[in-house]
Amino acid sequence: FSSSAPKPQKQTVKVAFILRDGSRREVDATVGDNLLDIILEHDVDIDGFGACEGTLACSTCHLIFKQEDYDKLPSKPTDEELDMLDLAFGLEDTSRLGCQVIVTKDLDGMVVTVPQGVADARSGPL
Amino acid sequence: SKGISFFSTSSKTCQHVAIVGSGPAGYYTAQKLLKGHPDVVVDIYEKLPVPFGLVRFGVAPDHPEVKNVINTFTNTAQNDRCNFFGNVELGKDLALKDLRDAYTAVVLCYGAAEDRVLGIPGEDLPNVLSARSFVGWYNGLPQDAQLPVNLDCEAAVVLGHGNVALDVARILLTPTSILEKTDISEHALEALRRSSVKRVHIVGRRGPLQAAFTIKELREMTRLPDTRTVIQRADVDGIDKCLKDLPRPRRRLTELIYKSAVSPDETEVKTWKEASREWRLVFHRSPLQVLQDSNGQVKGIELAVNRLEGDSLQNQRAVATGDREVIECGLVLRSIGYRGLPLSDNLPFNSSRGVFENENSRIKNEKGNSEANFKKLQKMYLFQHLV
Ligand SMILES: Cc1cc2nc3c(=O)[nH]c(=O)nc-3n(C[C@H](O)[C@H](O)[C@H](O)COP(=O)(O)OP(=O)(O)OC[C@H]3O[C@@H](n4cnc5c(N)ncnc54)[C@H](O)[C@@H]3O)c2cc1C
Ligand code: FES
Repeated sequence: FSSSAPKPQKQTVKVAFILRDGSRREVDATVGDNLLDIILEHDVDIDGFGACEGTLACSTCHLIFKQEDYDKLPSKPTDEELDMLDLAFGLEDTSRLGCQVIVTKDLDGMVVTVPQGVADARSGPL
Repeated sequence: SKGISFFSTSSKTCQHVAIVGSGPAGYYTAQKLLKGHPDVVVDIYEKLPVPFGLVRFGVAPDHPEVKNVINTFTNTAQNDRCNFFGNVELGKDLALKDLRDAYTAVVLCYGAAEDRVLGIPGEDLPNVLSARSFVGWYNGLPQDAQLPVNLDCEAAVVLGHGNVALDVARILLTPTSILEKTDISEHALEALRRSSVKRVHIVGRRGPLQAAFTIKELREMTRLPDTRTVIQRADVDGIDKCLKDLPRPRRRLTELIYKSAVSPDETEVKTWKEASREWRLVFHRSPLQVLQDSNGQVKGIELAVNRLEGDSLQNQRAVATGDREVIECGLVLRSIGYRGLPLSDNLPFNSSRGVFENENSRIKNEKGNSEANFKKLQKMYLFQHLV
């Protein structure tokens, strides 16, 4: 008989998003993916999210973390990420750009808030 | 006229919305309407043959990532309930009233097309240009293709401290070996290859705490290849003391200005020392007149030296000290802001601010009352304007 090796199961963790209308959406997030890809893959409905497609040229993928999750994120924001984040609407100390945040095993059960409203890179004076 | 015929919306089965202008405001409005209202049909009118407004013709060619948002707009454009009519100009091919009569709602998203001018002597000289036209010129905007740009001079002055000012300075200083990999217009690339511009002064009325550009664009300037950043220490004196009281974005921007002036890191010191080009960030100066030589060519700009007054740091006003100085240059680019145009006499327009009188984007009617409810899409005008 022929057998094919079982497909390696991608490891997932639970990540919940609190959307702008206050509703909660939980997804099985693949470990190793960034939060922009996860939001797109699971069709989480957030207006205007990810306008520059993860190239650090907008701030529409802005997400706010709980302090304890923020501390567990696998990387610290670079200057370039902070530069874009500075233009985000509703910036908090625990804000990150979703396209720059990679999901790890440690983050299982994490709850992430989608801030109210988006501001694109050049809102404000030209 | 172009013989546009409108669908009648007298039947109540379909709500028909006209959007004027196909920039981000237009497409985001369309997206929102199509998603939230399954019965709505959207028609987008655009004066240019092609959509996407300043995303296509404003965003600098060396920032292609910013244009990725065009993919989102294209998805919206492909919706069966979304129609695009290019080459149709409101005010010329169409009157507001035509739209108002034919549609349930009209949303005005035609941007802020008018340049603010300086109103100083010499502003009409050749090679005193609007930065926005200069952007149109290098981005291939048809109406700016013939802009008479002369780069046969060593120094240029850009007036204004916003991101467009940094964009034009960056394009003037970036090696053409880099620009030729972008989709910059061919005529601009040719002109930049022959350019003699080695120095760009970016001049603002007020100080570092009032600068309107954002940190990403400033950081990019400090990293331009073969180009030195020059910021006078005197201009940043003392600003380190108020850093801790500033909100984070302003604090980080101010820190970067301060560091570039006072304590650049080792690589910067080295690159800047060897660089053959430079840009200077000049604060506290207001233009008084553009100076010309005996041939009527720009030879410099005379500036008033300002000091700042007022207690609230970020809102301080510039007041002339009486001192004056001249920066020699052969090119002046003006980038001091943009404003909207009314395009119709029938709606109340605030000409000092360059916007329609509106209440939560709803344009007030002739009597000054705001129009009906957006959700119900009763006959109304809306005004969307992203700056
Ligand atoms: C030079 C420049 C560079 C910029 N670079 C960036 C950047 O890199 N990143 C960033 O985030 N922001 C940038 N901005 C800001 C950004 O472009 C604007 O905030 C945004 O485009 C505004 O969107 P809008 O839809 O209101 O207007 P626009 O993008 O200006 O769109 C208006 C549309 O309406 C059309 N229109 C005008 N009049 C009529 C009429 N009478 N009838 C029919 N159609 C009409 C115009 O042709 C245009 O297509 C830049 C702005 C400028 C001026
Ligand atoms: S998607 Fe634009 S910065 Fe993340």
